Amino acid sequence: MRPLITSLLLSGLLIGSAVAAPKGNLDEANANVYDRASLERGASYFSQFCMGCHSLQYMRYQRLADDLDLTEAQMASWLLPADREVSDYMMSAMPYEASADWFGKGPPDLSLTSRARGPNWIYTFLRSYYLTDDGWQNLVLENPAMPHVLWELQGTQRAIVDVEPGSNGQARSRVVGFELDRPGLMSASEYDQFARDLTAFLTYVGEPAILKRERIGIWVMLFLSLLTLLSYFMYQEYWRDIKK
Amino acid sequence: MAKSASDLNRQLNRHLSSVGEWVDERMPVSAFWKKHISEYYAPKNFNLWYFFGSLSMLVLVNQLLTGIFLTMHYKPDAAGAFASVEYIMRDVEWGWLIRYMHSTGASLFFVVVYLHMFRALMYGSYQKPRELIWILGVTIFLVLMAESFMGYVLPWGQMSYWGAQVIISLFGAVPYVGEALVEWIRGDYLVADATLNRFFALHVIALPLVLVLLVVLHLAALHEVGSNNPEGVDIKAHKDSQGRPLDGIPFHPYYTVKDIFGASFFLLIAAFIIFFWPEGGGYFLKPDNFVQANPLVTPEHIPPVWYFTPYYAILQAVPDKLMGVVLMGASVLILYIVPWLDRSPVRSLKYRSWPSRLALAIFVIAFVRLGMLGLSQDSSTFELRLWTFLYFAFFALMPVWTRLERTTPVPQRVGASEAAS
Repeated sequence: MRPLITSLLLSGLLIGSAVAAPKGNLDEANANVYDRASLERGASYFSQFCMGCHSLQYMRYQRLADDLDLTEAQMASWLLPADREVSDYMMSAMPYEASADWFGKGPPDLSLTSRARGPNWIYTFLRSYYLTDDGWQNLVLENPAMPHVLWELQGTQRAIVDVEPGSNGQARSRVVGFELDRPGLMSASEYDQFARDLTAFLTYVGEPAILKRERIGIWVMLFLSLLTLLSYFMYQEYWRDIKK
Repeated sequence: MAKSASDLNRQLNRHLSSVGEWVDERMPVSAFWKKHISEYYAPKNFNLWYFFGSLSMLVLVNQLLTGIFLTMHYKPDAAGAFASVEYIMRDVEWGWLIRYMHSTGASLFFVVVYLHMFRALMYGSYQKPRELIWILGVTIFLVLMAESFMGYVLPWGQMSYWGAQVIISLFGAVPYVGEALVEWIRGDYLVADATLNRFFALHVIALPLVLVLLVVLHLAALHEVGSNNPEGVDIKAHKDSQGRPLDGIPFHPYYTVKDIFGASFFLLIAAFIIFFWPEGGGYFLKPDNFVQANPLVTPEHIPPVWYFTPYYAILQAVPDKLMGVVLMGASVLILYIVPWLDRSPVRSLKYRSWPSRLALAIFVIAFVRLGMLGLSQDSSTFELRLWTFLYFAFFALMPVWTRLERTTPVPQRVGASEAAS
């Protein structure tokens, strides 16, 4: 029996280490989707800075209003355009086909970006635009179609490049950090919080159920723990005459 | 008052039992209950490994029920499938929960089925007279693989689409008719709406019916010959004067209460995943599958879902496509002949010696390691071939070590060896 148990334990360890492997060098967003104020700020930033081009085609205004407890007046003042119904999906005013014509590539829908790429990717993306002599670059999205539209907030930064001699004689360059070229309207920490709020908002948009999923889960787990305990006692009681 | 209440009760019981008799004269309901539940004698020494059969049934029922509700809102249409899944996740009341129960259930189905199969390998449950139970079980496993593959295509994300593309194209390796076969399966020149429609039909009607039928046959065969046990003792060899096995206990209430406990604990784990970890670290729901299928953009890496990766690794171990497909097929189909590969006079590992234990340990490690290699894009060819070789060596050499190894005598009765020592 022993080699068997050992092999099972060993394979468990192997699986564990595979899961724990890090994914690229993304910055830790530390976005908190349960922080209502952060979500509200994120929603407001999104409607100000992103929704001109990007849609949230699976997200209804109504859902946002319900989940964030926004009143009709609040919705009207900073979120819902006058020509929209609350039951509408949060579509950009710019039609996708037209923008694809204008820019060659339409701005992607952002409803599920947090699920496809992860919150840390969004956070890193928002913070990693840098200016090169050939235009804008981004650390996590090579040759981005979108320029750094938030440069006025963040300022412009240039990359600090580390050149290493490669094994085959070719030098490899690697971006190791950024330096601020021209300051923006926000300080570095303010801009980080801005990116964090947007990340929290997009995490919520990726899965609106997340706000209640874990809350309900705690009650389900409590109920099932109790059921497990009671059914264990029932099993012990019935089996008393077998286990003599 | 009290007297009339008990009279009423007696009267009600009389009526109920006469209804029961009326039905029994026309349909063997209570005979069925006795044969399969209340007078089905199971060995009294089932251990932890014996939970996974009933848990597989629990997951099957979960998949059927949640599947019905998903079908009410899902659109089997290449243009609308992806959006309809998001509609379920957002606009359908409790849709997110139903969807997570179904997607988590799919992965947990393979967890419990793999453990159930491992149990059979460990205790020789496929040996005479249980060969048919095993064969039906392997068939259930095959159908389950087809069922889960087609279900995975339905959300119509990038991984659904390109996974289907890769798997279907494997049939192209068949000589002469390969390309025609692939086209026939897809119903189009590429994976498209026609493919999605037929996979939907197979996933929600055809294969579930086959699965349920096979499970019924699996149980019918089991209840005919009786359950094996961790000792491999034949409990029917020793019966009391009324023909009941001395080491058997009625399935109900003993194993029903035990399985209720097992099911509760299993549901606790399942609930944790569903409510706190629904993506399963990217193994149960893949990040790439939250991007709608796009025939024009091929993802860099198209790994199969975790429960298929061992077989995918075996496919990758062979440079020739046809041979790879043949070997991959063989890796599953070889399970069918295990009852005849095993020549041991005893069933349970407990009464075998180190060769059997070592072989099973190596097999488990090879299976798990192949599973990990199948997930990765650039696994070393040497390692792929080493573990593939060991995977097959387990089956190929089974007739040798099972005949040569020393075995200890199996006791006549359950628990006799503990009593003696």
